[in-house]
Amino acid sequence: MSDRIFGVIGLLLSAFYVWQATLIQESFIQDPVGPKAFPVLIAIVLAAASFVFVLRPDPAPQWPAAGRLFEIAVSAALMIAYALALPEAGFVASTAVAAAFLSWRLGTHPLAAVIAGIAIAIGIYVVFHLILGLSLAEGPWGF
Amino acid sequence: MDVLSSLGDGFVVAFTLQNLLLALLGCFLGTVMGALPGLGPSNGVAILIPLAFTLGLPATPALILLTSVYYGAMYGGRISSILLNIPGDEPAMMTTLDGYPMAKKGMAGEALALSGIASFVGSFFATWGLVLLAPQLVKVALLFGPAEYFALFTLAFATLGGIASRNQAKAAFAAALGLGIATIGVDGQTGVPRFAFGEVHLYDGIDFLVAIVGLFAVSEVFVFLERHHGNADADSSKMTIGRVTPPLSMLKKTTGAMSRSTVIGFIAGVLPGAGASLGSFLAYSLEKKVSDKDGTFGKGDPRGVAAPEAGNNAAAGGALVPMLALGVPGSGTTAVLLAMLLALNITPGPLLFQQNPDVVWGLIAALFIGNVMLLLMNIPMVSLFVRVLLIPPKYLMPAVAMISFVGIYGISGSTFDLMVMVGFGVLGWVLRKLDVPLVPIILGVLLGDQMEKNLRRAMTISDGDWTTLFASPLSIALWAFAILGFVAPIVFGRFFRMKKREEDVGD
Repeated sequence: MSDRIFGVIGLLLSAFYVWQATLIQESFIQDPVGPKAFPVLIAIVLAAASFVFVLRPDPAPQWPAAGRLFEIAVSAALMIAYALALPEAGFVASTAVAAAFLSWRLGTHPLAAVIAGIAIAIGIYVVFHLILGLSLAEGPWGF
Repeated sequence: MDVLSSLGDGFVVAFTLQNLLLALLGCFLGTVMGALPGLGPSNGVAILIPLAFTLGLPATPALILLTSVYYGAMYGGRISSILLNIPGDEPAMMTTLDGYPMAKKGMAGEALALSGIASFVGSFFATWGLVLLAPQLVKVALLFGPAEYFALFTLAFATLGGIASRNQAKAAFAAALGLGIATIGVDGQTGVPRFAFGEVHLYDGIDFLVAIVGLFAVSEVFVFLERHHGNADADSSKMTIGRVTPPLSMLKKTTGAMSRSTVIGFIAGVLPGAGASLGSFLAYSLEKKVSDKDGTFGKGDPRGVAAPEAGNNAAAGGALVPMLALGVPGSGTTAVLLAMLLALNITPGPLLFQQNPDVVWGLIAALFIGNVMLLLMNIPMVSLFVRVLLIPPKYLMPAVAMISFVGIYGISGSTFDLMVMVGFGVLGWVLRKLDVPLVPIILGVLLGDQMEKNLRRAMTISDGDWTTLFASPLSIALWAFAILGFVAPIVFGRFFRMKKREEDVGD
């Protein structure tokens, strides 16, 4: 079943891709093929492969239970939040929070996770910024 | 003896203090990454590329660092195979078959030392193979025109799924997805934006480093979260390894196994669509056919440890041949190495050998040096690397994720790129669940631009006549191999997989 749904998504994706390709504005510089032909070729392969998934699906994989799935979604959201927080709160603070959360979700005791998060943030800051001179996001406190 | 003098020049390039230190660092990091389950060679190199890039290392030192990591990871994968029965990376799978039984018999130290030596033999001779074969391949590659290149890229995609591929449709889907991602951004030929949806960040296209780190490293974090797998698989009781020198008699007994496996592994590495995993698999199967007379294989036969290790390290060296000479990688990790070259603004292929001989030969010399370093590190210091297995993933994986962010942020300083990377991480996790291979996606993102450029160039030369793609004997041959390579797994794949499963589960 998973493969069938996946195949339908693939078919929709290739249709969308072709539609977007037809919208490409042609410029006055031209070559015989143009900017649309290659995307259309790709879309054909994509659609053909998706069609095979619909017709001959593999056995469905073991999807994690809803709770675990939610946890993964939250972790992904946290990473997005981390990306947004970097320029605001600076590297060390945001990284400590994000690393602590991930470590906690992987089964560390909450208190140990906080310590691990801070240790990871400071460790990376020391190695990559102070020693190797990489520029990391600067927050209001300069680190 | 052109080649030897070029190689000599290469050693001059590689023998600077900085390059030697980088090779040492790379070997060390590589072994550690190979040893840790969940951090394979592709992941390891993927995370380090943006770092090497942002640190502003020039091309040759950066290459030396990262290929040392690549070779090192091939050494490191065996450690957890032998001690824990968990392959540290995919190519080390076959090493578990005899390595773990040997460890259970109390011969862990011997198994580690023997596999270290087998690794050295495999990669040492494969590097010689690279020295001798790559310049020959370059001569052929110089005959390629745009139409042939287009056929060659198709060949690379068609065979990437490999002979043991489970589902060719999924490999094709992945390749098309990668190529599609590569078309995002301003079209190089005519200057019009494509698939950018008016988003300024997308005009430049999606940086392949963002895609690679997202698909490999970030998705790995999700895999660990899914399994809630935070504790180390090792505990110190399993860590007693005993003596770390193999008796001479054991070395003598395994000489045949090592030399046969080196040849097989190298060939598997050079051929498109095989790579290190198949190299070690073929090496083990052949060795079992040849020498398993008393049924000792699978019960801790030293030859069963030496064969796959020599095989996979030889394949790792062999895989560099098409990557350097043609610019077309034959395996997942070499695809990541190709990304590194492109990030450093070096286009591999025949011209690389002519225009930047110092880069190529410096790199090859560094492989020799790294290999010796790895042997020296891996025999006496193996107990140090064994300790690495005690690091629990619940501390390791957050650090890996954060370092991935640091690397990507360092390139562009853009929040948008980080979000795209997380998106790729989620995508990678879903595709892994659905058994869609990730390597063709990477290769598509990397080669899409080149592939389209060659197609359009060929068309421009022929003024829009599509038959030009099949006009020369060379391109017809490439197309024939591409079709063969794509269809063969569908026909023979079943047989191969059955055999592989027998080896994995049976005996």
